[in-house]
Amino acid sequence: MRRFVTKQNRALVSELVRTDFKLRYQGSVLGYAWSLLRPLLLFVILYVVFVKVLKSGGGIPHFPVYLLLGIVIWNFFYEMTVLSLGSIVARGDLIRKISIPRWSIVLSTSISALINLFLNLIVVLVFIFINHVDLLRTSLWLPLILLEVYVLALGVSLFLSAAFVKFRDLSYIWEVVLQAGFYLTPILYSLSIVPPKYQKFILINPLAQSIQDARYAVVTHSPLAITTSRIFHHGWYMYIPFGLVVAALVIGLIYFRRESKYFAENI
Amino acid sequence: MSDDNIAIKVEGVGKTFRLPHEKNNSIKSAVINFYKRKRTFEKQVALQDISFEVKKGEFFGIVGRNGSGKSTLLKLLAGIYHPGKGTININGTLTPFIELGVGFSPELTGRENVFLNGALLGFNRSEMEAMYDDIVAFAEIERFMDQKLKNYSSGMQVRLAFSIAIRAKGDILLLDEVLAVGDAAFQQKCYNYFEELKKRKQTVVFVSHDMGAVRRFCTQALLIEDGEIKKSGTPDDVAGQYTLDNIATTEKQTFAEKEKNQKLDTKLVKSLSIKMRSPVSLGLQDQLVFDIKYKLNKPFDVVLGYTISKQGVSVAEMNSKKLKLDNKVNTEHVLTHKTGVEAFNAGAYVIDIAIFDRKGMEIVGYSLNCAQFVIGENDKTKGGIIRVEGEWDQ
Repeated sequence: MRRFVTKQNRALVSELVRTDFKLRYQGSVLGYAWSLLRPLLLFVILYVVFVKVLKSGGGIPHFPVYLLLGIVIWNFFYEMTVLSLGSIVARGDLIRKISIPRWSIVLSTSISALINLFLNLIVVLVFIFINHVDLLRTSLWLPLILLEVYVLALGVSLFLSAAFVKFRDLSYIWEVVLQAGFYLTPILYSLSIVPPKYQKFILINPLAQSIQDARYAVVTHSPLAITTSRIFHHGWYMYIPFGLVVAALVIGLIYFRRESKYFAENI
Repeated sequence: MSDDNIAIKVEGVGKTFRLPHEKNNSIKSAVINFYKRKRTFEKQVALQDISFEVKKGEFFGIVGRNGSGKSTLLKLLAGIYHPGKGTININGTLTPFIELGVGFSPELTGRENVFLNGALLGFNRSEMEAMYDDIVAFAEIERFMDQKLKNYSSGMQVRLAFSIAIRAKGDILLLDEVLAVGDAAFQQKCYNYFEELKKRKQTVVFVSHDMGAVRRFCTQALLIEDGEIKKSGTPDDVAGQYTLDNIATTEKQTFAEKEKNQKLDTKLVKSLSIKMRSPVSLGLQDQLVFDIKYKLNKPFDVVLGYTISKQGVSVAEMNSKKLKLDNKVNTEHVLTHKTGVEAFNAGAYVIDIAIFDRKGMEIVGYSLNCAQFVIGENDKTKGGIIRVEGEWDQ
């Protein structure tokens, strides 16, 4: 473990993150302001469409915040996996010429995604105050829930970035998988419109579980909220999503470790 | 590692690349090929059975022609490639610079690139802050540091990259062809840096085409050809062999092609051979030294002679008429010959030897193309068969 957190590696990762961030808003007039402005404007559109026009999410209290929290968590997973997928190939010049630890590239991409997540959460916080949501002590669960999403995304990212070196079709396949996942996860709709026997299948998905838990912890606080633990009546099945997260991380790490030896020649 | 004096130990290393005929990096073609059980790649052996050691404090040169596998070897040492076979032991930290300015981003400013590049070499921000002024001063581009790198001339980029690179610390430095770029003044800076490295006994592995630099800086060298070690030893020997190989190919006068040709009158002569005592590659101030060995079947008055020729033209001949040589039957006699080579121009030369009977100077045996040497002189103003000491008057 000590060789992962050397002074050099920390400097490297922080410099890669900085570069990512500087290059992202390169040449735009508003620059870094976009990192807050972009989610804010997107949320306003969603708010108008789903709350004012479609009037969906009838019975749910503070539906706008409920909706945004789900979207923020999903976007984090989406952004991190999509950016990581191409990250190793995009940094091919470094990999072919210098022996930096390969994982530092995926790690720096994931940190960039985390930074964006926190900026988005700041915007969500604004909406929380506007909507007068009571922040209860359950909100303290949020960091742990986000950690779970991060670990899942990291495992998936490691796997995808390593596999993409060999199989370039993966970017298109992953896009389709994410599109399917977006509708299989209760983001735009409420789980209550799904027949109960399918709710179980949906809530096995770690992302659905985290989004529902986060909404319960931060927004609804309702004992009737459909979360994984409630739907499985606190039986051992409720741990399946966590098992999947750990499995994703382990498989991702093992595969990445095995493949990373050959990145330089396969890119 | 048991021996503390060894910086790098390479044992039996081999590397094979699989080169797909049609790059197989889509799932569809992978699936199709899997079912067809067809492997559409060919194996290319880049290196085989490479073993050598680099001791601490050595300036170790690796030379070889393009495609010989020397860059692959460097990348294996740097940990960029994973060896297929064998082991590489590195004792200490190793800093590679395979190329100048790795990771430079044209959209960032010079200043930002300095910090990024520094991080790739293993420096954190505060260390870079401390070195920043020196780096910029050395690159001589103070005025441009807050401009984007894309607005730099290529010379400025190289200077900046180089002045960061020479800050690199590590027990072992790997340098690849860094010298190949830049103007004369810049090259002089590189040379000064190498001198400094050599002086402070820094362990360096240096890959180059420039035999002048190899001779000047290296303390040990290795010649790689077709993925195998062809020669290892002193830089003079290795550089000489390299020059010899190169001249041989470029002049289409491969020594190997021209068969060794010996003919003896076996009634009189049992054997005739030559042994070079000086290195293959000579400078103008060096001496060409060789032994001619002969054995007789019947005593006669022996005279030896040789011809040195270049591109099939005889440029020098000499015989031993002035001497009375041993002619005892069935013992090996050795006659050593020494000559300066200051009258030779750069190029590859071959030696033919002959044995005569003094009576009528009749040839009783000869051996053609039995030794070679190279004059590795770099004076590009002179050529031809003989060397002139001409002067221009304007």
